[in-house]
Amino acid sequence: MTQAAQQAAIPDEQAEIDAGAGPDPNYNFAYLDEQTKRMIRRAMLKAVAIPGYQVPFASREMPMPYGWGTGGVQVTASIIGPDDVLKVIDQGADDTTNAVSIRQFFERTTDVETTTRTEDASIIQTRHRIPEKALSEDQILVYQVPIPEPLRFLEPRESETRKMHALGEYGLMHVKLYEDIATHGHIATTYAYPVKVNGHYIMDPSPTPKFDNPKMHRMPALQLFGAGREKRIYAIPPHTAVYSLDFEDHPFDVQQWEQPCEICGATDTFLDEVVTDDRGGRMFVCSDTDHCTRDQEAAE
Amino acid sequence: MIGADAKAAGSDLNGTGAPNAGFDNPVLQSQAMYRKLLGAMAQPGRILSCELSLDVPAPLWPTTAAAALTLLDFDTPLWLNPGAAAAPALGNYLRFHSGCPLVEATGNAAFAIISDPAELPPLDSFAAGTDEYPDRSATLLIQVERLDDSRGVILRGPGIECKQTLQAKGLPQGFWQQVQENHAGFPRGVDMIFCAQNQIAALPRSTQVEV
Amino acid sequence: MYVAVKGGEAAINEAHKLLAEERRGDPSVSELSVDQIDEQLSLAVDRVMTEGSLYDRKLAALAIKQARGDLIEAIFLIRAYRTTLPRFGSSSPVDTAAMGIRRRISATFKDIPGGQILGPTFDYTHRLLDFKLAAEGDGGHGNSLDEDAGSIDEKVLLDEAMPRVVDLLKHEGLIEDERPGDDDDDVGDLTREPMSFPVERDIRLQNLARGDEGFLLALGYSTQRGYGRSHPFAGEIRLGEVAVEFTPEDLGFPIEIGELTLTECQMVNQFKGSAEAPPQFTRGYGLSFGHCERKVIAMALVDRALKGRALGETVEGPAQDEEFVMEHSDNIQATGFVEHLKLPHYVDFQSELELVRKMRRKMARADADNANNEIVEAAE
Ligand SMILES: [Zn+2]
Repeated sequence: MTQAAQQAAIPDEQAEIDAGAGPDPNYNFAYLDEQTKRMIRRAMLKAVAIPGYQVPFASREMPMPYGWGTGGVQVTASIIGPDDVLKVIDQGADDTTNAVSIRQFFERTTDVETTTRTEDASIIQTRHRIPEKALSEDQILVYQVPIPEPLRFLEPRESETRKMHALGEYGLMHVKLYEDIATHGHIATTYAYPVKVNGHYIMDPSPTPKFDNPKMHRMPALQLFGAGREKRIYAIPPHTAVYSLDFEDHPFDVQQWEQPCEICGATDTFLDEVVTDDRGGRMFVCSDTDHCTRDQEAAE
Repeated sequence: MIGADAKAAGSDLNGTGAPNAGFDNPVLQSQAMYRKLLGAMAQPGRILSCELSLDVPAPLWPTTAAAALTLLDFDTPLWLNPGAAAAPALGNYLRFHSGCPLVEATGNAAFAIISDPAELPPLDSFAAGTDEYPDRSATLLIQVERLDDSRGVILRGPGIECKQTLQAKGLPQGFWQQVQENHAGFPRGVDMIFCAQNQIAALPRSTQVEV
Repeated sequence: MYVAVKGGEAAINEAHKLLAEERRGDPSVSELSVDQIDEQLSLAVDRVMTEGSLYDRKLAALAIKQARGDLIEAIFLIRAYRTTLPRFGSSSPVDTAAMGIRRRISATFKDIPGGQILGPTFDYTHRLLDFKLAAEGDGGHGNSLDEDAGSIDEKVLLDEAMPRVVDLLKHEGLIEDERPGDDDDDVGDLTREPMSFPVERDIRLQNLARGDEGFLLALGYSTQRGYGRSHPFAGEIRLGEVAVEFTPEDLGFPIEIGELTLTECQMVNQFKGSAEAPPQFTRGYGLSFGHCERKVIAMALVDRALKGRALGETVEGPAQDEEFVMEHSDNIQATGFVEHLKLPHYVDFQSELELVRKMRRKMARADADNANNEIVEAAE
């Protein structure tokens, strides 16, 4: 077996991460062994061929906790090559601690170039946001997914939800959304808002705010979704129709803010609320830090 | 380097001589080839060029061999068309570099290599998965003499902005009708990767075909 | 002017430094060695090996040291290391009937061929803090309650044949027969293939063997309290060493490659029978690396509870619910997802804030309208 020669050395914890010095020799390129990459790569091809369908895969135990991006990390590790430029964001920001930690993991195990500039990245791994800047056909967006099953909170059993997807029985989801309307007068789901992909599968877009849902529709970039703990991979090919579930009398809409970003003045971005004191003081700034600083630079 | 020990251990399989060499750098070359395959599958009908310097046994082409080395291992039962199965060097090459078991029945194959499209079995003879697990379906690597995306059938669907044309030389009579039937069974179905000398293009089950 | 918070990278590096300091503790206290952990915290090592699915005492001891004694963190370190190891193949099944026994008890018979052997157990210790252990330099035997312990040559007991108690019942046909599955497939491995339900028993047992001791303990306990009662008897619990054999392809016959310490529990449970099957005892099975007695008993209870559906029993307790048990037994998955709540979620929270404010505004408007109407009505 080709694998037999891949004896992993006991990793040297003291090994310094030296930028530009090549990937950490204690590990295979991008950490995963080749057999695991092949398994994930095959799963991703099926995921792309069946848009929105959750392909089970033998998720590996990664050196970071389940729920902290192990699915996205395995997807990225299976596609990344030395010529890639990687961007990692969490909550839209490049500097959030878990984004930093994942970016360092890939710097160490692949030595690829990293960037915070959205348009310079060939692979963008994200948790909870889609960059504000439109992506291109040359880019791949990798989502970290905690619970891939959009029907899970309506039906906890995998054996049941799998049947529902097989039969296209999505009545339960519509009932849930309609109950919202009956109770609140509108759909009370603000993130992980369910979508229908290419008119077939209902899919969870991961816990991105519904503000980002329209960006998924006919996005030129390939979108890959990895759920490590739940062991599922799914995908949306470029230019694919992604429709946010709604009703004729209650069309889908996105969040809006009454004020622009207080740093860059943008009026078309997702804003984070920053609490400035304990007397109700607060301000609103872009969640996409790259977009915000660059807009600010452009303005100056 | 990966595979180094295995090479030493099994360099003379079945007394037919050492198999042709695989990738020089399996980790990075399979990664590069995978990105082509992923790109092709994500943009059905779009032709991607693959410059490969691989020494491969006939009747395999470098593109087909590279795809096989990238995707196959002992977890992937492989079916070969009779012409390919009759070339012992080819079977040895694939078994040696990937460890994949060869299967007789098309229905048991996770992957199939069809070196001569004239020998392509009916698409519905391959595993199409189930409604609950449509991913448990075959992927076919079909060698074709030439690919052309400036003419041919019209493709629409996920991965295609408006429409895409594709022509593949040497496909059997009634092939495109079978592709239409394959698509009609969505989410069940097989997925195809066409391998020409230096090019690949893919045709997943999600693609609609207008002949 | 407000500047977006930066410095995640510097913060992480500082946190790692502080962690290293805390791990070492007061430098005037001598440092623990991996050997000391292996020898003197051996049950912690056993648990980490079992739930980490890797039989290597030194690595488990190292993980415990690195994890500052947090066993789930240590299991996590072992699991992440284990993933990177190549596989050479599967060993032959180990034969626990041929175990070199150090402890062996049966609750179902007064005496058994080979005898009951108490071995190293806490069972009959009085749980009184032994302050002699607090005195350093105790010469290795600080336990005044067990003065003879530690000096016996455990291997003395190995000569006699010690058939498994459950095999004795099998001769009479009183207990369900268990054979390997019909399919010729290799034993499944949930670390290499995703689970799909219903699962085969090999996968179930693997899942339980890796499962969190505390989770299985609570589930096993719940069956005793009526949530899926199975009338269990501890047929036998044995602890000892077994040989591991492996057949290399080029050799064609098995060779011994090492020895494992295992704890095994065979539970014997009542079964009233059904329209098709006569009354018979059924089994639950538990197995661990090292000495994990609580774990294997709990595992056997849960294994038996999960047979309920196949035996036509009403599934009424959580321990009988296959998807529930198997999807929640893994403490590495569980701790990751529970603790991921520490990660920033402010984008989603912002979405919820906006919604709650909107809904409250709407309600306040409605209340105000109602109040106005009442005033108008009162005025009329
Ligand atoms: Zn801004």
